[in-house]
Order: sequence, then structure tokens, then C-alpha cells
Amino acid sequence: MIVHALAFYLFAAVVVASAVMVVMARNPVHSVLFLILAFFSAAGLFVLLGAEFLAMLLVVVYVGAVAVLFLFVVMMLDVNFAALREGVLDYLPYGLVVGLVMLVELGMLYGAWVTGPEVAMMATSPMPDIAQVSNTEALGQLLYTKYIYLFQAAGMILLVAMIGAIVLSNRQRDGVRRQVIANQVARTRKDAVEMKKVTPGGGI
Amino acid sequence: MSFIQRNVRTWMLTELLTGMAKTFSYMFKRRSTINYPYEKGPLSPRFRGEHALRRYASGEERCIACKLCEAVCPAQAITIEAEPRADGSRRTTRYDLDMTKCIFCGFCQEACPVDAIVEGPNFEYATETREELFYNKDKLLANGDRWENEIAANIAVDAPYR
Amino acid sequence: MVELWNIYIWPLIWILAKILLIVIPLFLAVAYLVWSERKVIGLMQQRMGPNVVGPWGIWQSFADVLKLLLKETILPTGANKIVFLIAPMLTFVLAFVAWAVIPVGEGWVLANINVGIMYLFAISSLGVYGIVMAGWASNSRYSFLGAMRSAAQMVSYEISMGLVIVTVLMCVGSLNLTDIVEAQRTVWYVVPLLPMAVVFFISTLAETNRHPFDLPEAEAELVAGYQTEYSAMSFALFFVGEYANMIMMSSMTVILFLGGWLPPMDIAPFNWLPGPLWFGIKVAAILFIFIWARAAFPRYRYDQLMRLGWKVFLPMSLLWVVGTAGVLVAFDLAP
Repeated sequence: MIVHALAFYLFAAVVVASAVMVVMARNPVHSVLFLILAFFSAAGLFVLLGAEFLAMLLVVVYVGAVAVLFLFVVMMLDVNFAALREGVLDYLPYGLVVGLVMLVELGMLYGAWVTGPEVAMMATSPMPDIAQVSNTEALGQLLYTKYIYLFQAAGMILLVAMIGAIVLSNRQRDGVRRQVIANQVARTRKDAVEMKKVTPGGGI
Repeated sequence: MSFIQRNVRTWMLTELLTGMAKTFSYMFKRRSTINYPYEKGPLSPRFRGEHALRRYASGEERCIACKLCEAVCPAQAITIEAEPRADGSRRTTRYDLDMTKCIFCGFCQEACPVDAIVEGPNFEYATETREELFYNKDKLLANGDRWENEIAANIAVDAPYR
Repeated sequence: MVELWNIYIWPLIWILAKILLIVIPLFLAVAYLVWSERKVIGLMQQRMGPNVVGPWGIWQSFADVLKLLLKETILPTGANKIVFLIAPMLTFVLAFVAWAVIPVGEGWVLANINVGIMYLFAISSLGVYGIVMAGWASNSRYSFLGAMRSAAQMVSYEISMGLVIVTVLMCVGSLNLTDIVEAQRTVWYVVPLLPMAVVFFISTLAETNRHPFDLPEAEAELVAGYQTEYSAMSFALFFVGEYANMIMMSSMTVILFLGGWLPPMDIAPFNWLPGPLWFGIKVAAILFIFIWARAAFPRYRYDQLMRLGWKVFLPMSLLWVVGTAGVLVAFDLAP
């Protein structure tokens, strides 16, 4: 068990440290790289909890796709971040207040969880026996039965966001010549070349 | 019909597969390269490679310091200084050839009235430093001694056409 | 003390031995993949290929490694030093850690985890970071352009790859790689899912930045792209990582579509060969196609690459996911 505990503290420390570095790093690209490290260590924590499917999902979706796009955008930006950073101390009080509120909320959540009457039932009921049903199947059973409407709604919201982005950025322009690869490939010698008999001095 | 044909061809990846088949068939063809440092391609007798200063059979150097090669050289790679020798014959005291300037046009050997400066068949004279490519008279004469047989044979073969 | 020895140290040594058993053959495989690539492409272009170091040049790769080891590692002045040095290590490490879950034979696997295919997919999707970090840290236009191209390309093709994997997973009903192979006892998935196998293979070409999708390194326009500023050992790490990645992707293709270590038919001449050998043969065959494609096709233009990924492969694989699900449910084949 000691290895387990050590691994937990290692991952947890890395998550916290890299989360701090996300905010503190001078270079925005370093911030994103630390964010990726934080995601990755969080995935490690998931594995320690026995939620390996979630861990892999976190890596595939957040580290493998979302963070790449972050990195993509941040690398392309050319902003003077030193100037942006100047007033950071002015915002410190606001940040502290927000942090405090979140801490209190977390405390309340924990309190409600511990003291609530139906906790014992909630904590056990949706969890099938780990020996019989694998992590992935358990997640699927829950997601596609109990939470099917919420799950579908989340999908819909993402779809709407995607279509919205396409509608906003897609601009119809007239008179633009586009490459139609099928037509180019379908062109044969017969369509393209015409053999003419040219008489000397006669022209075509 | 052609529409169907076209689509079938596209979706069956016919073009890609025929292309790959073509490349595959080339795997078994005879290779068209030679194994260079061990095998060498044929050279024309007129091949213009590294320069050499020749001698007569008696051992006397051919060059008479007429400086025609220096005059004709379009890259001005040749520098010659001459003095009468003790026996009264006119010979070069200095014959420098900057191989980094030379464009291998062959004008020097065309201009030479005594076939002294020639471009031999050697093309493998790469050096590790630039300075080694500034040839002096000794180097050129040494080249001439080394390649005399090949150079003489080449000149003999080419002679009927001159 | 004895307990400590039994619980911690022995298993550790045992695992380390197994890791060495995977890594050393992998290094050799990379060395000979490089050699055979040069040789095969040489033959296809009617050249000799390497032939000086050893008979038929078989020691060529080792000579190259030695040369790269002995050369000087150059750090460009404008480079972001830490990221510049981490990038090749990341690529290298990622190419090797993926092998922890790949079953080369029945029970021949270091970690038989439940979410094996997800792990492979996650590791391969992390591969992009090595390249992007290298491109950014080099502080060179060529490297940066290469990194940008690679990021966009790998993210795009990952999507269709993921959908193809989902198709296979629906037929198997498990994320475990051993289960995936075992499910192909009756028929390899390349037969019923042939179009998906083709899509997957082409996506792996794009994912490993191989020809004809090698735009991130495109020698002709980007002078080797993200590798431009790298030299000596840091370059070697990229190089080995890239080729190990190729082998990893090929084994992924073999596991998903070509029945892993299973022989083509469970009859006399085929099942004489042991499973790992079959696995090796299949991986070698896929790698040959990798090399063959390099010899046969010219490089894609960038917009064509994106078009192929988003407008052809994505809808096609989506359609197949839906179609496969429909067939599985309709004929009650779903596991």
C-alpha cells in the first residue's frame, strides 16, 4: 500500500505544482505545457482511483486534442505578456475572494455529503461490483441508462456550438474558383487534346 | 456508364494500387546505378579532369613558358613567371594553378603549343583543405609523371580528329 | 527483510527484465527498419541502397548510430533550452512506453490492462507534443511551420482513427488488446471491415508523419521541418522515436485488423509457426507497405491533406460506425 500512497502523493504534488506554474509561468507556452502536465498527472490520479477508462479519456480528449489546440493558438499569438502581467497584483484580492468562495462551497459540499441521510445508499447504489463489471462497462451502464437524457443533451449542446462556430466563420464568397479534384482526375486525353491537321501556310 | 466506372475506380483505389504495383515491379529490375568507388563509368579520351604538366621522354619538362595558357584562361586561374635557365633555355620558375578558380574549359590545353599542360582523366582529387587545391609547379609535374601513360594514350586516340 | 525482498525487489527485477526484453528487440527492429527502408527504396528506384558497412550493408544503422553518438549536440542560441532538450526525449519515451500493452503472443504482454486500446490511442495522440515542442523551442521558422502542420495534421487524423477503433471495438465488446485479438479467431476484421482497415492504415501514415503525408518534415520546402535545428543525439532520439512509432502503429493495425498473433488459418502448415512469429511477420508486412507507399507516392499538398482527413475519412468512418452498429444490432451479433 505504501507504493500506492507514494504514487498518490507524487501525482497530487505534481498536479498542484504544475497548476501553480500554469498561473505563474512567464512564458504562455510554458503555461500551456504545465497545464498539459497537470492534465496528465490528474489522469494518473484517476488510474490510482481505479477509473482507468476516465484516465485514458482525459489523456485522449484533453491532452491529445484540446491542449494541442491551446498550444496551437498560444504559439501563434504574439502578445507582450510581460505588459499584460503588470497589473496582476491589483487582481489579487478578487482572486482571493473567488478562491475563498470556492473553498467554502467545497466544504459545504463535503459537509452535505457526510451528514446527508441518503449518503450510504447513494455511495453504493450506482456502483456495480468491480469484480464483475469493468470500469468501462459500469460507466456505460450508468451513462446510457440513468443519465441518457443529460448525456444526449450535452452532445446536442456541443453540436450546436460547433454549428454556431461554422455559421459564424463561414463566409460565402462569389466568383471563387475551387478545385474539384474529381473533375481533374476524370479528365482524359480525349477531353483535353484535339488533333488538328494543319496545312502549311493555312493556319487553323 | 463512365460515371459509374469513374466512381468504382476512385473508391476501389485503382489508381493508387496500379501506381504501387508499378513501383513494386521496379524492385526486380536491373539496377541502373554503378557501385561507384568500386566500379567506375567509362570516360571519354577528351575528358577534362585534373591538370598535369607533362615531360618529354628525356625527362625534360615540355612547358616553354609561352604563357598562352595564362592568357587564354577565362577564370584567370593560371599564374606563370619565367626566367632563362642556366643552359639558356626558357623555362617557368613558377606555374601556379588555382583549382578552386578553374572551370575546366580545357582552353589551356588547346592553347598549349607543346602539349605541356593537359587535363588528365583523374577526377578524384578532393582535398580536406582549400589550400591543397592551390597547385604549384611541383604538384602539376608530379601529376604529369603519375598520369603520363593515360594522358599519352588519350592524346594518341584523339589525335586523328585534331 | 525477506518480505521486502519478496514483495518489492523481486517483482521489480522481473519487470525490469521484461522491459529489457521488449526494448532491446525494439531497438534492433528500429535499426533494421531503417536499413530495410533504405534498401527497399533503393531497389524500387533501381539503386543499390547501403552496401558498404558489412555484407549488403547490414551494419549501416549501427554505423549511423555511432556517428550520431560521437557528434556534437548543437544548441541554437535563440532556442528555449529546456523545452528544446525535453522534446526529443518525450518523442523517444512515448514511442517506447506504448509497447507496455502490446501483446505479441498469447500472454506475451507486459501489462494486460483493461483499456489497452485506449492507452495506445492516448500515447499515440501524445506524440504530437514532442514535435510541437521541438518546433516551437527551436525558434526557427522552418521548425515552427513544421510543428504547426504536424499539430493540425495529427489532431485531424486522430478523429477518423478513433472512429475506426470504435468500429472494431463494437465488434469485439472489449477494450482489452488480447480480447480484440481473440475475437478474430473466426475471421480477421480486415475482411468484414476492409474499408475501415484502409482508412486506418492511411490515417496511421498521417499520424506517423510518413509519406505521402510527411508535410511536417517536407525536406523540399521546410528543410526537415521540426528537426531542422537538431543534431547528434537529440536528432537520433527523434529518429528512433519516429521509427519506433511506425512499428507501434503497424502493430496496432495488426492487432485491430489482422488478427494479432493468430495464423491466417488454424490448419497444418500455418499453425506450426509460433504466435509471436506470426505477429512479427504481419508487422513486417505492414511496415513494408509503409516503405512501399513512400517509394510510390508524391507528397500531398497541405489543403488536400486536410480535405482528405475532414471531408473524406471523417464522414466515411462515421457512416461505418453507424452502419456497423446497425448491422450488429439487427442481426443480433453484438457481443
